Amino acid sequence: MGGMGVLLLLIGYFLGLYFLDSGTGGMIIALIVWAVMNLVAYFQGDSILLAVSKARRIGPDDHPRLYNVVEEMKIASGLEKMPDVYIVDDPAPNAFATGRDPSRASVAVTSGLLQRLNRDELQGVVAHEISHIKNRDVLLMAMSAVILGSIVMLAWYASRFMIFGGMTRTRRSSSSGGGSGQIIILAVAIVLMILAPILAQLMYFAISRKREYLADASGALYTRYPEGLASALEKIAASTAQLESANKATAPMYIVNPFHRKGLAASDLTGTHPPISARIRILRSMAGGASFADYDRAYQQVRSASKGIIGPAATAAVGVVPLREAAPETKEGTNEVKRARETSNALWQLNDYKTVNCSCGARFRIPPGFSEAEIKCPHCGSVVRV
Amino acid sequence: MLGLWIALGVLAVLVIALIAVYNGLVRLRNEVKNAWAQIDVQLKRRYDLIPNLVETVKGYMKHERETLEAVTNARTIAQKMVDAGAQARGKAEGELTSALMRLLAVAEAYPDLKANQNFLALQEELTSTENKISFSRQFYNDSVLKYNNQTQMFPSSIVAGMTGFKAGEFFEVAVAEREAPKVSFS
Repeated sequence: MGGMGVLLLLIGYFLGLYFLDSGTGGMIIALIVWAVMNLVAYFQGDSILLAVSKARRIGPDDHPRLYNVVEEMKIASGLEKMPDVYIVDDPAPNAFATGRDPSRASVAVTSGLLQRLNRDELQGVVAHEISHIKNRDVLLMAMSAVILGSIVMLAWYASRFMIFGGMTRTRRSSSSGGGSGQIIILAVAIVLMILAPILAQLMYFAISRKREYLADASGALYTRYPEGLASALEKIAASTAQLESANKATAPMYIVNPFHRKGLAASDLTGTHPPISARIRILRSMAGGASFADYDRAYQQVRSASKGIIGPAATAAVGVVPLREAAPETKEGTNEVKRARETSNALWQLNDYKTVNCSCGARFRIPPGFSEAEIKCPHCGSVVRV
Repeated sequence: MLGLWIALGVLAVLVIALIAVYNGLVRLRNEVKNAWAQIDVQLKRRYDLIPNLVETVKGYMKHERETLEAVTNARTIAQKMVDAGAQARGKAEGELTSALMRLLAVAEAYPDLKANQNFLALQEELTSTENKISFSRQFYNDSVLKYNNQTQMFPSSIVAGMTGFKAGEFFEVAVAEREAPKVSFS
C-alpha cells in the first residue's frame, strides 16, 4: 500500500511539473483527489456496497443457522461487536464482508451459498469473512482501491489534457528556452501516465491476494477445521452462476472473485484472489494443526515457496492448535432440500410475505399487498384466517 | 554533569519500559476476563434452553426418563458450580454436555419428534450454543496462553512478579466418549 501511495505522489509530481510548472502543486492536487475519494469511501463505502449488492439485513429469527454461525465466528475471533448479517438474493454462491472498522462491520452471504453449503462449510466461509473484518482488510482494501482509482483518474485526465491542450503549451515552453528539461519531464510524465495505472493495479492485486491467504489461514484457525473452508471453496468454484450485483470495485471483498467468463467456472487466473485450486490444496495440506504456522508450512509445500505468506510475527504467536472433527450434520451427509427450504423461507419473510397454515396441512404464502382477512385454502377449500 | 544526565535518561527509559510492560499485562488480563465472561454468557444460555428442551421432548420420549433426568440433574449440578474455579466448573459442564449429547442421540430414533418444528428450532439453538461454548473456550484458552506467556517470560516476568499478576487457569470441558444410541424395537 505504501508503494501505491508513492506511485500516486510520483504521477502527481511529474504531471504537475509538466502542466503547472510545479511538482508540489501536482502532488497537492493528487492528494486532494485521493482525500476526497477516501472520505466518500470511509463514510459511505459500506452502505454503498450493501445497497449496490441489494443485500437484505436479517435478524436471528430470519435465518437462525446463518445468524448463529456468524455469532459463533464472532466469538471464535474475539470480535467485540456482532457484525450485521445480510442475505443477497442471488443464486451464485459468494460472500463478502464490509465496514470500515470492526465495530461497524457487516457480513453478507448470497442465498445460493446458503443452499449449497452445510454447516461446517458455511462456518469456514463466515470465518474467512470475519477475519477480513478482524484484520481490518476491508479498510485496507478500500484505501488501496481509492489510491488505485486516484491514479487511474489522474492518468486519464492528464492524457486527455496532453492530447487536446498540450500542443500550445510545448510550443511556448520551447520558445522560452527550457527545451531539453521540458522534454525529459514530458517523457517521464507520459511513461508514468501509461505505466502507473498498470503498476498500481498489480500492486493492488498483490495486496489483495496476500490478504486472502491470511483470511484463509485465520478461517482455519478460528474454526479449527480447514476442510470446511476447503470444501466450501470447491463447491463455490464449481458453480457457473455469475453474481449479478458485483462490480470491479467490490471484487476483492468477496470470498472468491465474482468475475469469470459467462458459463465458465471461476477460473484460476484471477487478479484479486489467489487461484482457488491452490487455496484448496493449501487448506487440505494442513495435516498437523490449524495454527498460522501450519498454514505457512502448507503454503510453502503447495506453492513450493521458500518463504511463508504470513509474517513470522503472527506464526510465532499461537502454540499447537489441534484440528477438530466434522460436525455431526456433515457426517450425516448433505441435505440440500432442507437448506433450500430454509433459505427460501427466510427470503419470503424478508420480502414481507405472510405464511398461512391450513388445518388440512397445506401451507401457502400471501404477498404483502393482500389486504383481506380471510382466504380460501387452494388445497381443501376451507376458509382460513390470514 | 553529563554522567547525571545519562543516568537520568537511562532511568526515564526504564520507567517508560516498565509502564509499557505493565499496561500490556493489564490489557492481556482484561482480555482473559472478557473471554471468561463470554463463556459464562453461553453456559447460562444453555441452562436456559434445557427446561424448554426437556418440556418439548418429554411427550415423545416416554421411555427415556433416565436420559431426561440425567440432563436435568447435570444442569442443576452445573448451575451450583457457577462460582467455582475453571477446573471444577469444566468438569460439571462436561457432564452436562455428555448428557445433552446422549439425549440428542436418542432423539434420532423418534421420527415424530424430529418433525416437530419446535424441536428443530431448539436443536439448532442447542447445537449453536454448544459451538459457541467451545469457540468461546477456544478464545479464552488462547488468551490465557498469551497472558501466561507474558507473565512467565523475561523481562515482563519481573514486572508481573512485582505487581502480583498470577497465571490464569485454562478451561477444559471434560466430555465423556459419545455413546452410540441404544435403540430397541420391542
